[in-house]
Amino acid sequence: MQDSVTWKIGGEAGFGIMSAGIMLCRAFSRKGYYVLSTNEYPSLIRGGHNLVTVRISSKYFESMNRDLQVLVALNKETVDLHIKELSSGALVVYDPKDYEWKTAEFAKPVGLIPVPLTELVSQFKGPPVMRNTVALGVTVALLGAPLDILSDVIHDQFKDKKQAIIDSNIAIAKAGYDYVKEHFGNESSMHLSPAAEKEPHLILNASEAVGLGAVKAGLKFAAIYPMTPINALITFLADHAEKLGIVYKQPEDEIAGINMALGASMAGVRSMVATSGGGFALMVESVSLAGMMELPVVIDMGMRAGPATGMPTWTEQGELQFIIHAGHGEFPKIVLAPSDAVEAYTMTAEAFNLADRYQIPVFVLTDKYLNESQWCAPLSVFKKEVLIDRGQVVKESDLPEDDSFKRYRVDVPDGISARSFPGMKHGVYFCNSYEHDEQGHASDSIDGRVAMATKRMKKFEAIAKDTRGPEVYGDQDADITFVSWGSSRGPVIDAMEMLKEKGKKSRLVHFTWMYPFPGKEVTDLLSNAHRIIDVEQNATGQLASLVREHTGIEIKEKILKFDGRPFYPEEIVEKVG
Amino acid sequence: MTNVTSASFQTGCKPTWCPGCGDFGIWMALKEALAKLGYGPSDGVAVYGIGCHGNMYDWMKMYSFVGLHGRTLPAAQGIKLSNHKLPVVAISGDGDGLGEGGNHFIHAAKRNPDITVILHDNQLYSLTTGQASPTAKPGFKTKSTPKGVFDAPINPLMLSISAGATFVARGFSGDTPHLIQLIMDAINHKGFSVVDTMQPCVTFDKDHTYDWYRARLYKLESEQYTPDNKIKALEKSMEWGDKIPYGIFYKEERPTSEDHEPALVKSTLVNQPLAVPHFDEVLDEFI
Repeated sequence: MQDSVTWKIGGEAGFGIMSAGIMLCRAFSRKGYYVLSTNEYPSLIRGGHNLVTVRISSKYFESMNRDLQVLVALNKETVDLHIKELSSGALVVYDPKDYEWKTAEFAKPVGLIPVPLTELVSQFKGPPVMRNTVALGVTVALLGAPLDILSDVIHDQFKDKKQAIIDSNIAIAKAGYDYVKEHFGNESSMHLSPAAEKEPHLILNASEAVGLGAVKAGLKFAAIYPMTPINALITFLADHAEKLGIVYKQPEDEIAGINMALGASMAGVRSMVATSGGGFALMVESVSLAGMMELPVVIDMGMRAGPATGMPTWTEQGELQFIIHAGHGEFPKIVLAPSDAVEAYTMTAEAFNLADRYQIPVFVLTDKYLNESQWCAPLSVFKKEVLIDRGQVVKESDLPEDDSFKRYRVDVPDGISARSFPGMKHGVYFCNSYEHDEQGHASDSIDGRVAMATKRMKKFEAIAKDTRGPEVYGDQDADITFVSWGSSRGPVIDAMEMLKEKGKKSRLVHFTWMYPFPGKEVTDLLSNAHRIIDVEQNATGQLASLVREHTGIEIKEKILKFDGRPFYPEEIVEKVG
Repeated sequence: MTNVTSASFQTGCKPTWCPGCGDFGIWMALKEALAKLGYGPSDGVAVYGIGCHGNMYDWMKMYSFVGLHGRTLPAAQGIKLSNHKLPVVAISGDGDGLGEGGNHFIHAAKRNPDITVILHDNQLYSLTTGQASPTAKPGFKTKSTPKGVFDAPINPLMLSISAGATFVARGFSGDTPHLIQLIMDAINHKGFSVVDTMQPCVTFDKDHTYDWYRARLYKLESEQYTPDNKIKALEKSMEWGDKIPYGIFYKEERPTSEDHEPALVKSTLVNQPLAVPHFDEVLDEFI
């Protein structure tokens, strides 16, 4: 019996393994298990080597394990490529038609589970892609669960398709399930320990969570150009635009996207864009525009391995410094970095309030690992009321009839001046990319320039009120203090548990509010720390540089991973030594 | 809004254009057109690019979005989709709209948003002191082409027609009565309207002067031309030389970008309630 099983399915693109992974997650989550699933694929549409890894556990966890307990190979290559990851006693499911594996070919003891996937599918006259459905039935049996946990999910996953399709999927899954029961009835080593009931959870990726958070916060307009890893956000918004009463517009390029969003913002609507590093590079001039015009806008920046085209389908945390410094000239912005899908939802909703309150661009920094993994998130989070704060917006009735309204008045204590929306009588102003006076007329006068630039920079003091320091986890009196940000939290949290079991206490100082940097809080937290270890997914230790810049504290020990794969807690434990 | 006149758009700022600049004619025609249509300063939005044309906002009282060079049309579309009941006029130039903004021009046309584009066309980047623009004709000597322009010029009329614009016209800043009517027709037209406006640059262009244009321009209306045939319109657009036609080249009715948006059926986006319909239904899809 196992508390936690890591299951991997591999095959070519077009084998349906992505949806198989999602169905497995939904099936087990509904029964109270915690799940997390990652995918790996090259930048191709057909062929190549595609993987979905799912971790299922009766106990709460936050990251993927490095080793596998069950490997489902839809082709021989899958076993070849992942043979080293198999834990001792792992089960290997494969079609003997692809290759007849022998236990001697494996370095560690494994349980071979040959299942005639192709033959079973053809018995039901199904297309070859349904081999993954057989594999799901096989999996449920191997994990010791009843088949109905899967049939319910198949029903929901295919609810828009004909009943015949639903029926054949269930029948094919049953064939796989029955085969295991019949031929490997005694194989129970990977049966999962029972899970306590938990409230309903959503199985979704962070792009979908961002979409839900945005919509809940009153997003009405999005202009997003396709780019991995944020494409699921496009699909979510486009699929639900009519139901949710929003406009999703596909722009011709990223520059058009952000300018459409800024136009929409000026006209009074909550708007957003999403992109990855290369697309954001194109948007940078327009970020500066938002700063000068004092327009709210939310930008979901999904990081992937760079530079340039990089590794489009692989993860990295390489753009922290780029985002913080993006945009020529000086102006305030806010940068948030969620750690998981729940935070992707809550921080995106928060981003819209921050953007409106301070009339600035606000960034939600996500990455491929967040955006394309399937997370399990409690429904109650999404049911909570989200308070909407549109910031300083004039009431049309308050606008002076002599048209003396000053959109950019400088005599405001916090740098924030009320804005009007087109259509409001007597609210005319010039929303201007040039330096401007209080009504928006272009101005290059000495006093005017200093006054207006000072006004914009004053917002930093106001933002300090909303600024959050890092979260602290673990043992306060520990010798080891980890420092991390964004999606690296999960692996560190799980590594800390593993270290604790080995008698090593540790503490985590984890950042999700990146900029303006909470220097004072960080100094307090780190100045007396003994052994500080920076854990992040980039080559130069960008968070460590930020810490040094704002506190003087130099973090010498770093665990940096930039191979495109997410952190495993095991490798953090190993590097701690 | 009633009682709108040209004077309603005064800001108190004096124009900084060179005396005799073609932009004056366009400015006067735009104010008259808006006034005649009853649109006052708070009744619409003007979106400006960067160039001499882009300085107009300082002496044109309207809600204005003075954006980045070349990015006029995306901003205009974002504004229109947010409040489609407001007329949106994009004031751009041949450099802003067809150089830096060339890609946006093509895609805006194909979407057919209900926006009017007034293209200040003088074959030059005048604000940066006289380089050739995408519409510069072969042989034209400019600061960046001292030996004369070599490239074929972009033809804004042909480009507009082939990209999907549904109202394509050429105007002349030296014939303001005609231009007023063109701008009114363009704003009234439900769809993407382009008014390519010939606009002599008195400072950097000694060739294409008012006299040069007046000797060549002739009105399409004088020929019993009907703007309902794309092929004929393209052929007419290719006329340039001793005779240069101006007026409405092409016009068609086609659903606009805003017509396609289900969210805009009942009200403007900006007036929609913030509460999200069907949110719980959407959550169910993920459980």
